[in-house]
Amino acid sequence: MSSYRFDSPIPPLLYEISRPGRRGVLLPESDVPDTPLPDNLVRSDADELRLPEVSEQDVVRHFTKLSHANMSIDTNFYPLGSCTMKYNPKINEAVASHPGFASQHPLGREEDTQGALAVMYRLQHMLAEISGFSAVSLQPAAGAQGELTGILMIRAYHESRGDTKRTKILVPDSAHGTNPATVTMAGYQTVEIPSNNRGTVDLDALRAACGDDVAGLMITNPNTAGLFEEDIVAIVDAVHGCGGLVYGDGANFNAILGIVRPGDLGVDVMHFNLHKTFSTPHGGGGPGAGPVGAAPVLAPFLPGPIVTRGGTDDGDYRFTMPENTIGRLKSFHGNFGMLLRAYAYIMMHGADGLRAISDNAVLNANYLRVLTERAFPVKFKRTCMHEFISVGSVYDGVSTMDVAKRLLDYGFHAPTVYFPLIVKDALMIEPTESENRETLETFADALQAVADEAQNNPDLLHDAPHTTPLRRLDEVSAVRNLVLRYQR
Amino acid sequence: MTFRDDVKYQESHEWALKDDNLVIVGISDYAQDSLGDVVYVELPDVGDVKKKGDSFGVVESVKAASDVYMPVSGEIIEINADLDDNPSNVNDSPFDSGWLIKIKPSDPSELDSLMSAQEYKTYTEGLEE
Amino acid sequence: MAYIGNTDADRRIMLDRLGLSSIDDLFTDIPADHRFPELELPPAQTELELLRDIESLAAQNAAGSGMLSFVGAGVYRHFIPAIVSYLSGRGEFATAYTPYQAEASQGTVQTIFEYQSMVADLLGMDVVNASHYDGSTAVAEAAIMAVRSTRGRSQVVLSGTLHPEYIQVTRTYLKPQGIAIDVVDPPEAAGSTGPTMESLLAAIGDDTACLIVQNPDFLGRYVDLRGLADQVHERGALLVVHIDPIATALFTSPGALGADIVTGEGQPLGIPLSYGGPYLGIFAARKELVRKMPGRLAGQTTDTTGARGFVLTLNTREQHIRRDKATSNICTNQGLMALRATIYLAAMGPKGLSQAARLCWQNAHHAARLLAEIPGCSVLPDLFFKEFVLRTPVPAADVIARAAGAGVVPGLALDRYYPERTHEILIAVTEAYARADIERLADAVREAVTRTADAHAGKEALR
Repeated sequence: MSSYRFDSPIPPLLYEISRPGRRGVLLPESDVPDTPLPDNLVRSDADELRLPEVSEQDVVRHFTKLSHANMSIDTNFYPLGSCTMKYNPKINEAVASHPGFASQHPLGREEDTQGALAVMYRLQHMLAEISGFSAVSLQPAAGAQGELTGILMIRAYHESRGDTKRTKILVPDSAHGTNPATVTMAGYQTVEIPSNNRGTVDLDALRAACGDDVAGLMITNPNTAGLFEEDIVAIVDAVHGCGGLVYGDGANFNAILGIVRPGDLGVDVMHFNLHKTFSTPHGGGGPGAGPVGAAPVLAPFLPGPIVTRGGTDDGDYRFTMPENTIGRLKSFHGNFGMLLRAYAYIMMHGADGLRAISDNAVLNANYLRVLTERAFPVKFKRTCMHEFISVGSVYDGVSTMDVAKRLLDYGFHAPTVYFPLIVKDALMIEPTESENRETLETFADALQAVADEAQNNPDLLHDAPHTTPLRRLDEVSAVRNLVLRYQR
Repeated sequence: MTFRDDVKYQESHEWALKDDNLVIVGISDYAQDSLGDVVYVELPDVGDVKKKGDSFGVVESVKAASDVYMPVSGEIIEINADLDDNPSNVNDSPFDSGWLIKIKPSDPSELDSLMSAQEYKTYTEGLEE
Repeated sequence: MAYIGNTDADRRIMLDRLGLSSIDDLFTDIPADHRFPELELPPAQTELELLRDIESLAAQNAAGSGMLSFVGAGVYRHFIPAIVSYLSGRGEFATAYTPYQAEASQGTVQTIFEYQSMVADLLGMDVVNASHYDGSTAVAEAAIMAVRSTRGRSQVVLSGTLHPEYIQVTRTYLKPQGIAIDVVDPPEAAGSTGPTMESLLAAIGDDTACLIVQNPDFLGRYVDLRGLADQVHERGALLVVHIDPIATALFTSPGALGADIVTGEGQPLGIPLSYGGPYLGIFAARKELVRKMPGRLAGQTTDTTGARGFVLTLNTREQHIRRDKATSNICTNQGLMALRATIYLAAMGPKGLSQAARLCWQNAHHAARLLAEIPGCSVLPDLFFKEFVLRTPVPAADVIARAAGAGVVPGLALDRYYPERTHEILIAVTEAYARADIERLADAVREAVTRTADAHAGKEALR
């Protein structure tokens, strides 16, 4: 059945190399008095547990080879816009795998876990200070869950005031898809606010949408076009003016550490993506961590538990539920392993170091913008923040996707493509602060080479990628003939 | 691009063909072309009653999902179940084997408000600009 | 800074190219009166200073001071083969992102496909995703999916012996969507083992989208679910079963029992406890329900030369395409945790995993036998897998505190979740514990019970 070819640079599935009786890890025999199993409840022959049977070396080779089939920050420039693919310091991993943390059960007694509680307490305070909020909950497990948290808090706030007529959340059309999806999960309707020709929120349209049925606004700032919403104060005023609250999507926070604090701008609640801004590993898509910061008006609604100190500020650390909490978003207290990494990252930077991150992230993006605009025009010709958007479809018969795939041949991960939706055929490029000038220049040269090829030899792009372990994969047949697990 | 002229169109790109006392509905050639390879079509249950402008299903490509809307009010009396296995019929033959639903209209005069092929062609040209 | 690529000289060249005199000039779009705040943060530490700080913090945790703990309650100390951390620590996995460019991400996508395949076999289910944060959010999303999959039904029934925090999370998720929750017979009273099958079935009404049961349940009880699915289906609802993946290696798979959606906490599959996360929400469904599923899915396909490969598929369910009509806002694929689970399952194999499950069973029953011999103590429930409740003649908190003083945390005081259950301890014993550990547990509890009883008797005598 399988179309696996043994000349493939990709290893076969473990199931395909499985041989009955081959063993990986061995476990001891039981040395306690025997307790018979209930025969009628154990798996029957028809329900036999069928997993691959392989040796430990098979497993090591398999995953080592698979790892070679990935591009990653550790191996390649990875300018995936809006994802902040910065270097992930290895000290983070050493800290997170310390057995004093890694082996600690979350339901250990508070007096037995003061070290872990101290890390959470300090991180809450540092994130609050960096963002200008009065309180932080570390509960949410990812950015999208942080978004849900924020909108649920806004909902709880209105309900606590007996204000039940608000059913709408305003979302700019440049927003990530998670924003409108979150609005639906929170039981609200999305009202889309158009962008203006400068790539930012159309203030007049926003003002027109504000009314007593608006619960709030979700705004990403800097936005997904890599632009700072320069009207942010007026935007916040308009929403507050109609009785709504403002949710800040912290996806692009890497541009503004020590530059501006969302809390100071009047934002009421915001999530942090620790895996973007604070260098925890992206892990092939997760786990993330999405702590949420809140202004005083919303702090009592934060999800819990959060860490406080008993009695005075120097007492024992302990868990507390905020007064009007929206409840729990996940079991236990948050993705602690990610929190620990972010703690390490902030501790190693201090205030000046954090400012340097954003200075360099924004400088790198602007430098790259100028270097690449001849090859692919930049959509919004103005100073950008941490990322910018080029148009990938300017050469006849060549699509943005063709450009993205061809970049892989040059050893670069592609930028984010076809997003945000406000720009047709977008290439969204975010270099981050950890890249050096030579890397940026080499990438700009590659984009120029791809632009030249697009005009002189477009088939090179149509057939790209050429040098990756597999050539272009057919996404259409993947859906038309769904195979979602190994077929025996 | 085909703009079949014995059917009527609406702005959300469905076509409607009056066939005796039924109305057959599909998406236009223009719509299937913009959507790309159709991989899945979600259709309503036979017997559902919907109003003109209501969404009755979704046509999906790999990268997009488009709601499809009732061109006239009425009861769904047949759906094109063959699309379950052959969604590409919507691309290959949008006006024939790619049809989506048949409606028993509650007010056949609603058809009159739809666009002619020429009007729809002009409308789509406007979208390209 | 160690993590910044450029030098002052580089920055000068770059600013010149931009025609700017200083980096501050890049930030003129930011309101001037809020620009460049002074942040009050601790001074920057070097790696060496940070490690000293971390060592002293870690030593303040029980795990860092060598205590022996038998706390479970949803996440467990299981054996993790060395190759799990060795392989999952590879930067090519850890520092890649969601495989949007499949050709440059086959390592991640194929791993997800292998995870889907192995977990599907483990559960006896058709379709598995790797997107959920933990067991609790998997349960909440399963409830939402059930409502989406059963037209016109907008209420869910939860067994009272579902993990209390899962019930809380499910409430948080479902309340804003107007989905009602009926929690049947939570085991609040001392000695209670929760609802019967009859009371669960009786709670299913015309508006019920699904029944959610946990097996083994929060109190460790293994429930005989044979025949339940048919009765739930007769009432027009779906059956959601929340499993423990190690127990599933041994006991009839939820798929064979007729479950429509299966969730689980994936932490036992090679993921460290890490004080609460990150973990892995197991999520599986019958194939008829796949389009209602949340989360990322990897599917098989071919490249232009005909070679097999994998891509993320069925994307139109998801937020980046369907936006406000998506099946969930979830954007994560819990890749690194799914990778750990995949390596774990591959290394253990069917025999290793079954053996781990058998050892859990044997060790837990041995512990229960020894503990039940302590005067005044008894064990419930009758049928359990790796976790059980010890009823003590003196307050559980006192027993735990005394035993902890001797270096053993015997388990979780049940009054944490059920305030009336002051004399009960939830105890988990897995393959990771040696016979000597189990005997130490029994000795520590015996000692603590005796001393607590003596202390109470002494207080009585002094009155």
